[in-house]
Amino acid sequence: MNIDEALKNITDHFGSRILKVSRKSAKRAYMDIYPKDIVDVARYIFKDISFRFNIASAVDDFDGLEIIYHFSHDASGAVISVRALIKDKTDPHIDTITEVTRSAWWIEREIHELFGIEFDGNKDLRPLLLPDDWPAGVYPLRKNFVVPKRDSRRE
Amino acid sequence: MSHKAHVPIGPYHPLQEEPEFYKLVVDGETVIDVDVRIGYNHRGIEKISESKNFDQSIFIVERICGICSSSHPIACVQAIEDIADIPVPERALYIRTINQELERIHSHLLWLGLAGHFLGYNTVFMWAWKYRELICDVMETVTGNRQNYAMLKVGGVRRDIEKEHVSYILSRLDELLPKLDMLKGAVLDDPVIHARLKGVGILTKEAAIDYATLGPVARASGVDIDVRRDHPYAAYDRVKWNVIIREEGDVFAKTVVRILEMYESASIIRQCLDKMPQGPIDSNPKDIPAGEGIGLAEAPRGECFHYIKSDGTNSPVRHKIRAPTYMNFPTFRETVIGQTISDATIILAGIDPCYCCTERMLIVDPKDKAIMNVEELIRLSQEKTARIKEKIGTK
Amino acid sequence: MGLKEIVLSRSIYVFHLSSGSCNNCDIEILDCLTPRYDLERFGITLVGSIRHADVLLCTGSTNRMTAPIIRKLYEEMPKPAFVVAFGACGASRGLFKDSYNTGQPLDEVIPVDAYIPGCPPKPEAIIGGLIKLIGKIKEKTKGR
Repeated sequence: MNIDEALKNITDHFGSRILKVSRKSAKRAYMDIYPKDIVDVARYIFKDISFRFNIASAVDDFDGLEIIYHFSHDASGAVISVRALIKDKTDPHIDTITEVTRSAWWIEREIHELFGIEFDGNKDLRPLLLPDDWPAGVYPLRKNFVVPKRDSRRE
Repeated sequence: MSHKAHVPIGPYHPLQEEPEFYKLVVDGETVIDVDVRIGYNHRGIEKISESKNFDQSIFIVERICGICSSSHPIACVQAIEDIADIPVPERALYIRTINQELERIHSHLLWLGLAGHFLGYNTVFMWAWKYRELICDVMETVTGNRQNYAMLKVGGVRRDIEKEHVSYILSRLDELLPKLDMLKGAVLDDPVIHARLKGVGILTKEAAIDYATLGPVARASGVDIDVRRDHPYAAYDRVKWNVIIREEGDVFAKTVVRILEMYESASIIRQCLDKMPQGPIDSNPKDIPAGEGIGLAEAPRGECFHYIKSDGTNSPVRHKIRAPTYMNFPTFRETVIGQTISDATIILAGIDPCYCCTERMLIVDPKDKAIMNVEELIRLSQEKTARIKEKIGTK
Repeated sequence: MGLKEIVLSRSIYVFHLSSGSCNNCDIEILDCLTPRYDLERFGITLVGSIRHADVLLCTGSTNRMTAPIIRKLYEEMPKPAFVVAFGACGASRGLFKDSYNTGQPLDEVIPVDAYIPGCPPKPEAIIGGLIKLIGKIKEKTKGR
């Protein structure tokens, strides 16, 4: 299966739930969906057309928090990136995809502590990278977090 | 009657590298659960990258992991080049390939040495690291540094391989190959190592796919993926080599995959030096437009993934970095449960984490009586090897 | 020469600690023990316990999780103790000084006696740095 067939399968299966498809190049495509559809789309791409889950990356943008889930198909060299925009920055939620694949376990923990996004259904959102005494509610990778130039001494 | 005890591994080791903290819950001799706490190494590189320009990001990305020091920069520049389809001259593609394959050899030799140490084969450790120096010499001659090569830039490479270096590289490779044969024989033909590693820490193909495992760990479990072949980059589509696959999924299969990959790397380097055309090494791009790009590279441990989003200025808006060990790590839990404590260190080493953390640290759970430090765990592993040696009758 | 001085300048027990490094420095330290450079012939050896160590060799950029551990380990070291800050990260956090997870450099957490600069320092630089340290040890323990 190549990237054109994969995109056609996905758009046929999901119809209007796929908001936009943009072909970046011969082997790269970006797809926009609503956050509530992520589990179904992820399950289809991972299980039904056998793509590999690469990673998820979150961005703090002007109009919301955007999570992009990257999937790749090694037999054809294609990478499809599925974009879900969470408009509510004060209390962002999205469903977990750990039921679909265990490989999302760590990245959801990381996005949770660095951006503050809640993954509904994921019971293990303990901090992965930040120290235990990192202040709650401070999300380092958000744009309004400014790294202090000079730190006070740690005891 | 079971007595649950917590065995901490990590984070500081006399012999080893980055710190992490694993807590093994054991029942007698068998491991029944594992908890991992990382973050001792988190340096916030993604945030730093947002305040630097694209050129500077490459230097930071080199220092994510010392042994994947050419893979992360390649993935990073490819992500930037993907944003606007920036062309790269042919000669630069070949130089990138040579850099990467040399690093693969030296990383696998390093791993072989550490695995030897955990098993009690200290001679293998010393030999593997001694012959690794041959590759470090080549790197120093060609790039100027033993590690952290600073070779990559957007649109090409920074330094050329001079004509006199070509024969130097080939002569070092010729010197290295017989030593590889010796190490291969010492490790793969030894019945004690067979007894020690076969059937240990098996990762099934289904689990490997579900955890999205990468690199030699996946290839040892029958998953046929290799970024160099599947998502060709640099000059990999212009040379021929074999992807090494094994089906068993145990630590022995992982060892075989890594040792045989070194031979393929040597072959790729020779082909590149042979086919490399003369010409420019840099296409000198001026601006990075707004957009997003993805770059993939096959590090010695698996696929490196970089995603860069640019808004047309000099700095990335977002730079997402995913190292291969990030996906391979959770498989440690999958493969060590049900195994004995004396195999825990070698199973961990089989994943070849970018941190082979095995060192003592402050005791976490003072209530538990059976607390072992990692020196003891390594000693247990070495003792098991000695017992097997006696049983098989070789000394 | 006092007994302490003789002992400390002849055979140094080093405890290696990585506080958030990229591994390059750690590999170069291990490289010094391998046949080409072989530091052990100078009597320098790595130990597994901080309580046996004379010298604490710190690599890495001292991130927030490890800073309290470093301080605690330094306090457990039997004195006289010497600290070597290894690499650009050990000296000043190097490239990572602008990170949210590296609070302050190593020499503001514990007192440092020697710096070995480089990224990573070559084994020759390591040997040079340790020789300078031996000189400093001799000076500090003179007459005790």
